[in-house]
Amino acid sequence: MVVRTSGVSPAALSPPGRRRLGWWTRAAVRAGLATAGLSRGLRFGAGSIIGGRVTLALDRQALRRLATGRRVVLVSGTNGKTTTSHLVAAAVRTAGPVAHNAGGSNMADGAVAALAEAPDAEYAVLEVDELHVAAVAQAVDPAVVVLLNLTRDQLDRATEVGAIASALGRALAQHPGTVVVANADDPMVVSAATAAPGATRTVWVAAGASWLGDATTCPRCGCTLTFTAFHWECECGLARPTPDWWIDGSKACSADAVLPLDIQLPGQVNVSNATMALAAAQAVGVPVDRAASALREVDVVAGRYAVVHRGSQDLRLLLAKNPAGWAGMSSMLSEPRPLLIIINAREADGRDTSWLWDVNFEQFTCRQVVASGERAADLGVRLSYAGLEHQTVPDPLAALATLPPGQVDVVANYTAFHQFRRRLGREQKVAR
Amino acid sequence: MSPDSTVAIGLLLPDVLGTYSDTGNATILAQRLRWRGIPAEIVTITARDTPPTSCAVYLLGGGEDTAQLFAADWLRRHPELRLAMEASAVTLAVCAGLQVLGQSMTDTRGKHYPGLELLDITTAPGRQRSVGEVISTCAIPGVGSLTGFENHRGITTLGPGTTALGRVVTGTGNGTTEPGTRQRGEGVLTERVIGTYLHGPVLARNPALADHILQKITGQSLAPLELPDQAALRATYL
Repeated sequence: MVVRTSGVSPAALSPPGRRRLGWWTRAAVRAGLATAGLSRGLRFGAGSIIGGRVTLALDRQALRRLATGRRVVLVSGTNGKTTTSHLVAAAVRTAGPVAHNAGGSNMADGAVAALAEAPDAEYAVLEVDELHVAAVAQAVDPAVVVLLNLTRDQLDRATEVGAIASALGRALAQHPGTVVVANADDPMVVSAATAAPGATRTVWVAAGASWLGDATTCPRCGCTLTFTAFHWECECGLARPTPDWWIDGSKACSADAVLPLDIQLPGQVNVSNATMALAAAQAVGVPVDRAASALREVDVVAGRYAVVHRGSQDLRLLLAKNPAGWAGMSSMLSEPRPLLIIINAREADGRDTSWLWDVNFEQFTCRQVVASGERAADLGVRLSYAGLEHQTVPDPLAALATLPPGQVDVVANYTAFHQFRRRLGREQKVAR
Repeated sequence: MSPDSTVAIGLLLPDVLGTYSDTGNATILAQRLRWRGIPAEIVTITARDTPPTSCAVYLLGGGEDTAQLFAADWLRRHPELRLAMEASAVTLAVCAGLQVLGQSMTDTRGKHYPGLELLDITTAPGRQRSVGEVISTCAIPGVGSLTGFENHRGITTLGPGTTALGRVVTGTGNGTTEPGTRQRGEGVLTERVIGTYLHGPVLARNPALADHILQKITGQSLAPLELPDQAALRATYL
């Protein structure tokens, strides 16, 4: 049963069409949940991917059926999907129960698992990989799609950024009733969100762009874009739209509201993520002041931003997997603490480590730095050319032992981050 | 070398052909000179700039399809740069940067676009993208095996008399055999141009190739450099 909350606009409370799952879908869901439980019991992992895959293998329409009648928010983009989806989920939870793929399993299988685990939730907030938005949107008919940013990531797996933007544009054109919450400062996102003019309603957020290395030329025509302090445009007509939401210091502003965010998550990039989350929550009918209060409660997101006490060290855990992610994180790394960097190059990371050369490691010259992970040597060579004296210790726990007691910043890319957290095991989280 | 003996490294169009982090090649050349006591500066040349013709070396990197056509057009609009590349400088061109130096490029719809016509090569799209590790045996004496990561759909055909940079051991490379041989080629090697599909960046993974370029532009034989992690990096891929 959905508990109705007073103060929520009627649009948010339109009664969900009751999901009538056929016996076969119910059996497929039970099989998936049982598999996920077994996977967790055997400590293979959270089980959401394998569980979702089992359900989808038994019923290929499971995602569509499980989503029927829910108000679904999809969160996509290259960086900040997991964090922003946590922020949106916290805000929407003030209006009712939410199904959420909180662990970051962001393809169709992860979405199926999240919906199966919360069968009665009226809302769903789903982080979706930017290459899977079209397929997931087709199944769930989202109320809102959030597009954070589009930069280069895993070029070996994905196609080029411009092609991803075009594919997203085509996908959005299939959903004229969907509200798109889009970053007005990212030319790639604007190109995607305006591909079907008039069909979709777009809420533009001036969320900023910490790295424009992939967007200096126009995604439409290939000419060089002209950037000024608060605007960008191309001679072909593509230009920054007038924002509906913008950021003033740590406040989110719209024509009707000025909201102090005061979030616990660090860095300007998370002020941007929080503003995108506010706009998304409002689009599904959550009052913005209530949404803003909920955002303040979020402190750790799937292990990121956590501080873990281990022996004599306090480890600040951060995840960065591409140049834009590192650029967004630089304000969180301004203190000259010892720094452990862990880099892998597995399929989920992208096999090509070239991206390390577009990270501004030169900014860390005054720190003690250790290069670690399965591609520690690639990183070590990059650090030498950046002029950083460093040690190279491929095993991350052995690398920690070379650093002094006290606070240590740990930045890892995707699989390296998850491996490291598993190895830290149940070590205690301390207050921030 | 410029009059004050600082070696100018011209990084061409990093704003257009910067997608695959090949700009790292400029950092590598500059640092390897400085570590040997030779002053070096990186001259960043964007699409808005008029390119200087006095650089000792010019670098081009990989980029996306629309950006590549823009780059080819930009290069053709700067004939003085082409003259420098032909007569005085050494050029390292990677992936899309290699293709734009050729006679022509063909897109997936079969439309032809002119290149800078500095190299006797043509590029057309293959049936699928070639993505993954490449190992080749470099044609430059003393350089040895080249390692890199390729990510392209181009099939590059070399004109008669044009030499490949290396012979493919694993991976795709040019996707064609070297003229007059049955050897699968990777990249292009002329007197003044080194072209390759290898990212990594290629000079990070292959310091001997970097030093070959530096010896060519300085005219000096350079002392060996031992970089920590370099041997481990090459062992990862070779």
